[in-house]
Amino acid sequence: MLKIKNLKASIDGKLILKGINLEINAGEVHAIMGPNGSGKITLASVITGKNIFDEIEGEIIFKGKDLLSMSPEDRAKEGIFLSFQYPVEIPGVNMLNFLKTAINEKRKYHNLEPLSGSDFMKIMREKKQIVEIDSQLTNRAVNEGFSGGEKKKNEIFQMAMLEPDLAILDETDSGLDIDALRIVANGVNKLKRPENSIIVITHYQRLLDYIIPDFVHILYDGRIVKSSGKELALELEEKGYDWIKNEQTENE
Amino acid sequence: MDVSAIKPNIFVEAMSNIFASNIEKLNNNSLKPDRKYFIELFKNKGIPDTKNEEYKYTNLITVLNNNYNYNLNPQKRNLKINDIFKCDVPELNADILILLNGHYYSEKEIIKEKANGIIIGSLSAAANKYPNIINKYLNQNQNNTDSLVALNKAFSTDGIFIYIPENITLTQPIQIINIAMADEDLMIQHRNMIIIDKNSKAEIIICDHTLSPKKFLTNQVLEIFAAENSQLSVTRLQNEHLGAVQISHSFISQGKSSKVTFNNITLHGGLVRNNIFVSLDGENSENYTNGLYFLDKGQHVDNYVFVEHKKPYCTSNQLFKGILDDYSTGAFTGKILVYRDAQKTLAYQSNKNILLSDDTKIDSRPQLEIYADDVKCSHGSAVGQMDENAMFYLQSRGISQKEARFMLLSGFSNEVIKQIEAEPLRLRVNDLIEKRLRGELSRCNNCEINCND
Repeated sequence: MLKIKNLKASIDGKLILKGINLEINAGEVHAIMGPNGSGKITLASVITGKNIFDEIEGEIIFKGKDLLSMSPEDRAKEGIFLSFQYPVEIPGVNMLNFLKTAINEKRKYHNLEPLSGSDFMKIMREKKQIVEIDSQLTNRAVNEGFSGGEKKKNEIFQMAMLEPDLAILDETDSGLDIDALRIVANGVNKLKRPENSIIVITHYQRLLDYIIPDFVHILYDGRIVKSSGKELALELEEKGYDWIKNEQTENE
Repeated sequence: MDVSAIKPNIFVEAMSNIFASNIEKLNNNSLKPDRKYFIELFKNKGIPDTKNEEYKYTNLITVLNNNYNYNLNPQKRNLKINDIFKCDVPELNADILILLNGHYYSEKEIIKEKANGIIIGSLSAAANKYPNIINKYLNQNQNNTDSLVALNKAFSTDGIFIYIPENITLTQPIQIINIAMADEDLMIQHRNMIIIDKNSKAEIIICDHTLSPKKFLTNQVLEIFAAENSQLSVTRLQNEHLGAVQISHSFISQGKSSKVTFNNITLHGGLVRNNIFVSLDGENSENYTNGLYFLDKGQHVDNYVFVEHKKPYCTSNQLFKGILDDYSTGAFTGKILVYRDAQKTLAYQSNKNILLSDDTKIDSRPQLEIYADDVKCSHGSAVGQMDENAMFYLQSRGISQKEARFMLLSGFSNEVIKQIEAEPLRLRVNDLIEKRLRGELSRCNNCEINCND
């Protein structure tokens, strides 16, 4: 589904990603862990097409297509979704209108008729249950005045509505209490299908207790320095990031 | 008659000459302000230039530099009310009043008193038929010394008159359509008066349009008198072409426990200067004055708002938002004056602007002058670009850059639009603004009348 080959990216003249290689197949869940400043969020930004880079080298192939040449909106319509760590509040832009526009632009891209008002409402009612989102929230402006938990639920709700092939969850656990974390994680699990994949970006093991990864990668200083199964997250939790840092220093 | 205004003093001289040669005709008009006093005031003060603190950001001298025709009498033109009505806020079912080049226009009677006692029609006809009402209000706001207000009062012979007696709740809005339409460049001055008596409630829409591609200079006065416990909502939509200069002076006087909302929306116009003077004369009165302006090309819009809190327990709130593109320029001045006795005043003011191009410029001046010690006042102003993070958020959901930009600008405008109380008008204004943001709103002479061609 996704192939990243020797990806390098720099912001403000500083090289942040120094050669990433990663392959994700349909149905897999990959966790990317790493200390602050290791490049986790930068990686998500390159994949989704945020316009903050002065140079990008290497290749990202998504479902056989060159992702780097696409606009952010086309990447989304191809099936990439980012659950933001800090979802933006957009005053004056109504949730319903926003979701309807997003869904219908995607449908148009795939030569499908726009959803009728009643079909849209029906789908929305179903998907709301997945993340137990308050009905009132969809009548408000996008994320405006939402609590931290509501914002994260809203991200997963949007994921449910847009049905992406590849979802990137950027620190979805941050700012959530245990109950909200469980609801959000269960929501993600309910959306799991054999044909879609998930990248979970996180600092901590705790989210991975709920969303169980097939692979764990450790990103350090712009490179993936370790890849293994889910047990790697536990080892990391036990030994701390210093373990990785020390190992890297020894290698140099 | 020709107003040759190559230099400001020539404009003043030209207007003085027109006044002198028409003094008899002006004095014969049923509307009888102290015209001589006003022309003298205008002659003494001249045209406000940019050294004048109040007009610092708007250069009127250059726009007066044009040969405008000036007509004291209404000129005959063929207008079909139904043609205009066809495209203008149709679902509103509004009572419609038309001003053509500053003169009341009607195929039937020019002033009418309806069964519920509401009087609508021509101001000059009202002065003839209801001198007691007109005399009570004509000379209020006399202490304003703006020379352009004086110029208007010296010359204006007509305008719209609306009188709503006590204890009436209007279920339908009243719509004033102000049309500029001529075969040569034209200067227009009219004076509109709206009186709403005790315990009454009404909604008024004012639309300013230019319907021919000539240059227009409008210098208009609007006076609103809201009596005790009345509720009035006025929405003005300015949609004139780029060759039009619109100078408007609106005076709002409010009695005890009255509530007035004044929304001023500038969709298009060459140079627009709106002076809005609010006087809270009675305790517990509330005023909400809001503005929205969309500027592109070389447009210039300058909103000047002056709110006087004269009595205790009053509330005022100003919200002005603007979107500027290309090489357009704008200005906002919001002045709040709280008198010594006006304790427990609540006064807020906010001006927010989005600049879409590097060549635009906005000057924002919030001013507070407070002489009472127990008040709550705040002001804020912000100038910024499009929120890149919000743009990316929308794009990351598959929404195109163009649509995302539209959604954000429309969302930005929404804060002002939602101040419009009546739903049909709010939806219609919203629709017009969306068209404006998508670049689909016509700004010229093919607006209403020719819309089906």
